[in-house]
Amino acid sequence: MDLSLLSFVQIIVAVLLIIGLMVGNAVVMVYVERKVAGFIQRRPGPYEVGPIGTVQPICDSMKLLGKQLFVPANIDWILFFLAPVLAFFPVLLLFLPIPFGPYLTGLGVGDGILLILAFAGFGVLSNILAGWSSNNKYGLLGAARAVSQSVAYEIPMIMALLAVVFMSGSLNLSEIVAQQGSWPWQWNIVVQPLAFFIYLVSLVGETNRAPFDLPEAESELTAGFHTEYSGMGFALFFLSEYANMLLVSFVCATFFLGGYKGPFLDGFWWTFAKAYAVMFFIVWIRWTFPRVRFDQLLNINWKWLLPLSIINLWLTAIIMKIIS
Amino acid sequence: MASPDTVLSSQPTPAKSKVLPPLINIKPVNWFFDFNRAMSLWPVTFGLACCAIEMMAVSMARFDIARFGAEVFRPSIRQADLMMVTGTVSKKMAPSVVRLYEQMPAPKYVLACGNCAISGGPFKFDGQYGIVEGVDKLIPVDVYVPGCPPRPEAILEGVFTIQEKILGFRFWPKAEEIPSDGPLAIQS
Repeated sequence: MDLSLLSFVQIIVAVLLIIGLMVGNAVVMVYVERKVAGFIQRRPGPYEVGPIGTVQPICDSMKLLGKQLFVPANIDWILFFLAPVLAFFPVLLLFLPIPFGPYLTGLGVGDGILLILAFAGFGVLSNILAGWSSNNKYGLLGAARAVSQSVAYEIPMIMALLAVVFMSGSLNLSEIVAQQGSWPWQWNIVVQPLAFFIYLVSLVGETNRAPFDLPEAESELTAGFHTEYSGMGFALFFLSEYANMLLVSFVCATFFLGGYKGPFLDGFWWTFAKAYAVMFFIVWIRWTFPRVRFDQLLNINWKWLLPLSIINLWLTAIIMKIIS
Repeated sequence: MASPDTVLSSQPTPAKSKVLPPLINIKPVNWFFDFNRAMSLWPVTFGLACCAIEMMAVSMARFDIARFGAEVFRPSIRQADLMMVTGTVSKKMAPSVVRLYEQMPAPKYVLACGNCAISGGPFKFDGQYGIVEGVDKLIPVDVYVPGCPPRPEAILEGVFTIQEKILGFRFWPKAEEIPSDGPLAIQS
C-alpha cells in the first residue's frame, strides 16, 4: 500500500465520516434503546421532549456536557483522564477495514479481521485503566471482572470467525463478502449456524451488555469501572459502548449475513439494515433477560462455547479438506 | 467512648458543601443548559422506605416518568442529577444521606418525598430518639412532595416543579388546563 496523497485524503475523509457515524449512532441508539425498553415494559418511553421524545438524546448529551467534572481524591491523574479517551479512539480505527458497500471501504486492509481483533482489546484496556485509576473499590472490582470476561469471550469469538475464514480462505473482509451470495440461503449463516450462534452470544459478552454486563453490574458494583466518572467522561464511555456494539454488529453482518449483498440490489443499505437488526437483537435481549451470575457467565463460556467452537472449527477444517 | 444517651440525643451533622455560582454567566448559554438539565433529570437509585415503592411505581408502566426523560435511574451518584429522598431518614442513615449529597456533581436537585422526609411524619413525637425530623435539617431541599406515601402523580408533579424551578416557567400544562374533550383528554 503506497501512502500517496490520495490515500491520505481517503483516510482523513473516512475517519471524519466514521466519527459522524459513531456520534450519530450513539444519538439514535440512546433514543431507540429507551423507546424499546419502554415498549417491552408496556409504557411509551420518552414521549414529551420533542416530537415523540426525539430531542431526548440531545438534551441528555448537552446536560452531561454541562455537568461538573468531578475529580475524586488520590486518583492517578493521567490514567483517569486517559481512560475515556482510550475507550473512544481505538474503536474509530476498527471501522476502517469494514466494507460498508461494494466500493465503500475506509481503508482496504488486506487482513482486516486481524486488525479488528487485535485492536478490540483496547476496549478492555480502557476499562482496566478507568477502574484502577479512579481509586474506588467498586471500580477496581468492575475492572477485574471486565478483564476476565473479555479474555474469556474473545476466544470463542475468534474461533467462530476463524471457521468462516477457513471456508473463504481469506482474512480480507471484502473477500469474505464477495464469496457470499445475494439471497439469504447463500449467506454464511446457513453453512455455519453454530459459529453464528457462538458469535452472537460472545458479542454480547464482549460488549459488556446485559445479560452479561457484569463489569458494571448495577445491583452489586454501583456502576463498575465508571463509578467515579461524571459528565463527559461517562458520556465517552457510553459513546464507546454503542460504537463497540455497532462494530460487532457490522462484523456479524459481514461474516455471517452477507454484508452489503442482499436481494434485488446490492449496496450499503443492506449492510446497515443487517447491522441494525443485530443491534436491535442486542437491545432486545438486554431488556428481556436478567443478569447472570459471574460463575454462570464463565461456565457458559469455558464449558459450552469454547468446546463447541473448537468442535465446529475441526469439522469445518475436515470438511473443507475433503471438498477441496 | 460516648454513652448511648449522648449518641441518641446528638444531632447528625448537616452537609457543608455549597453549590458555586456558574463560572461563565451568559444568559442564553445558561438558558440553553438549564433547558437541557430540566429535560433530563436523572434520579439516583436510592430509596429509604415505603415511598421508594411509589418511586418505583412512577417509573413503571402506568405512570411512566420516562415520558419526561427522567427514567434513567443511575446507580452511581456521580452521574445523577436528582436525589429523591424517599422515606424516613433515621439518625443511623443520616451520615450516608449527607455523604451521598456531597458526592453528587454540581447541578444537583433534591426532592423530599413523603411526610417523613419533610418533617418526620408519624414518627415525630415527644421523646423520639432515632429519626431526623425532616431531611432539610441535613441537606438543602428544592421541592417537598407531601403524602404518606404520595401518589405517583404527586411525584411526577414534584419533578415538574423542579423543572419549573430550573427553567423559571412551567413547561407542561397543568391537569386542570387540559380540555375535557379533544386529543389530550384524560381517559377515565
